[in-house]
This record gives sequence, C-alpha cells and structure tokens, in this order.
Amino acid sequence: MEAGEAKSKKAGGSRLCCICNQRRPVLKRPKTLQQICRECFYEVFEEEIHQVIVGNRLFKSGERVAIGASGGKDSTVLAYVLSELNRRHNYGLDLFLLSIDEGITGYRDDSLETVKRNEVQYGLPLQIVSYKDLYGWTMDEIVKMIGLKNNCTFCGVFRRQALDRGAALLKVDKLVTGHNADDIAETVLLNILRGDIARLSRCTSITTGEDGPIPRCKPFKYTYEKEIVMYAYFKKLDYFSTECIYSPNAYRGFAREFIKDLERLRPRAILDIIKSGEDFRIATTTKMPEQGTCERCGYISSQVRPLSLSHQVML
Amino acid sequence: MQLTLEFGGGLELLCDSEKIHKVNVDLPNGADSDDFTMTHLLSWVRTNLIKERPEMFMKGDTVRPGVLVLVNDCDWELSGQLDTVIEDKDVVVFISTLHGG
Repeated sequence: MEAGEAKSKKAGGSRLCCICNQRRPVLKRPKTLQQICRECFYEVFEEEIHQVIVGNRLFKSGERVAIGASGGKDSTVLAYVLSELNRRHNYGLDLFLLSIDEGITGYRDDSLETVKRNEVQYGLPLQIVSYKDLYGWTMDEIVKMIGLKNNCTFCGVFRRQALDRGAALLKVDKLVTGHNADDIAETVLLNILRGDIARLSRCTSITTGEDGPIPRCKPFKYTYEKEIVMYAYFKKLDYFSTECIYSPNAYRGFAREFIKDLERLRPRAILDIIKSGEDFRIATTTKMPEQGTCERCGYISSQVRPLSLSHQVML
Repeated sequence: MQLTLEFGGGLELLCDSEKIHKVNVDLPNGADSDDFTMTHLLSWVRTNLIKERPEMFMKGDTVRPGVLVLVNDCDWELSGQLDTVIEDKDVVVFISTLHGG
C-alpha cells in the first residue's frame, strides 16, 4: 500500500470536511457528529457563539464587561473569542479581565501567572481581587478550619461575592464567565440529585443576577467542553490546567463522571439535559425556599439561620 | 517504531511531569505493522509511561471519558478510536479536559 494511501485511510479515509468539502477533517463535532476541517471548525465555533450572544441579547453597545478569568481553558478561550467577536462584529464593548485569588497554594498562584500572560497576549486590562483582602481568610486557612468537606460550597459563595466586588472596582456593567455546556448539564443533574428545586429553576438561565448588583452571563452555555479544548489546542492558546487540590472531595465529581460516560454513548445528551433543565416547571403547589438576607451585612443568604456564609466563617 | 507522545491538560503529572515523550515502541512478537492500533499503544503507555494514578488516564481498555486523543493532529473519533492504526513517526496527543476552566 502506498504511504499516502495508508495515511489517508487512517484519517477517515477519503472523506472530506462536511462543510467545505475541500479539506481533510480534523474533528468530529459531538453536537452534530459532523466531520470538519480546522478552518471550518474555527468558523462554526465562533459563529455559533456570536449567534448565542446576539440571539440572547447578552450585551449592549458601550457596556463595560468583565471576563471572569481564572487562567483555565474556558476563561482563556472566552477572552480570546470575545475580543475577536467584539472586533469583528463591532459589539462596542469595553472588555476587562477579572481574576479572583482564593489563596490556594500550588493551584491559584500558578494560574494567576497565566492570566497575567493573557493580559499581555489579548491586550485586556486585568484586575485581581483576593479572598485575603476581602475577607481576611485564604481558602487554605478556611480548609484548615473546616476540614476537607464542603470546601466548594464555601469557595463558590465567596467567589460570587468577590466577583461582585471586583466588578464594582472596575465599574463594569456586566460579568461574563466561561461556564460551558458540560458544566451546566452537570449542575442540572447535581440539583436533581440533591432535590435543590430553587437552584434547579435558576441554573439554566443564560443571564442571572439582573436584580442584583451585577448581571452575569454565560456565552458558552451551548458550547461543548471538548470543542473548547480542541479550539485552544489548534489555536495554541495559553492556559493552565490542574485540578484544584480540594476538588476530589466535591460531589460535582460524580455528576461530571456520569456526564462524561453519557457523552461517550450519546453526545447530544449534554444539550438535551440543558433543554430539560430549561423546560422544567415547578408545580404551583410546591413550597419554594425563601432567599433571605444576612442579619449582619444584608448580602443575600440562602441559609436558614440568616447569616451569609462569609459571616458564618467569621464566627 | 518511533513515536512522539504528548500529554496535556494535567495528564503530564502522571508521567513525571514531562509533556513530550519521544519513544521507541517494539511491536508485539510476530505482529504485522498494520496490526498495531491505539489499543496496543494505550496498553504500552499504561505500562511504560504512567507512573501514578492510572485511573486518571484509562478506564477499562480505553482512555478515561474526558480525555481527548489526537493522532497526527486529528481527532481519533475520525479514525476509529481504538482501531486507529499507529505507524512509525506518528504523533499522538492526549489532552485531559477534566479540570477547572
């Protein structure tokens, strides 16, 4: 067999990209099972995100927007694509990078170096906000106090507030985060597994917090994690990739494992779970938990004893 | 056969923190060069390169769900996944997606 034939036999045979019919395919899209080439992949990836942004009216011209940037794959690709689309389609946005330093040694200190490089690579001004400055506690200190359970619960709540503070410092109108389709499908499952009806009804919204200090939106809501990673790989985008040292104990890990197994069997399951989440309606006879405010500082609190989580740690 | 194997997305931590490995893989005795597939390569990698936590890399006979595989910059889903034939001078990339974004 000729060498050339052997190589093309391996790379999907004589098939060509489904879209352009000219070039060799390099990727099979989980969303559509199409086999597409690199150039067409860049185009559909970017165009679909543009359609999500426009179709859901995520932004208004002239807005100052902070990109929650951790240095990880999702936020790096988000910063890259959003700057590109902002230029290409004239969204008229003023973009910033906002990074939170939770004080997790060996994890956050390294990823912050990546965000600092992103600041230079993408030309976006960077603001860093730390738990230590805001709350007087690093996550390492908190974990020493509470042990290895429920770390993500504390960290997630603190991060949300830290992002609000950082956004206020930057005087932005909106926050964007890199949550992708896989993340949202995991969250839907998690909330079902826990019977958390309040969160279930909110977690598929593409924009949240419109009634709070800073609205946040998720342009990657329908974007598969696999495609984000492939995009970053082909475009050689610089990102940091280590698991947070406290995450192995997180319940989310089970939902993630399950979603990954599901994706292997039926890739569309991820988008279908999101659709199910979007279309859930809570029975009118169900009593919904009330969201109160912290006795001490007035910030939102879902805790029965109405002290916001930051005040619970201080006690 | 000479192969270049790359590990990304955190997988390099399982291989002595080395991202790129240039290796020489011996074909199983009596095997045709057409018979060497990703199935064989994965087994070889698990035995020879993965120094810790093999469950992060493989589940059963294939890679752990969430690990992407590219052969010569091409998604292995296009070439039959485990049935992909591996040849001399091929570049195989393993990228884990299982970490924060």
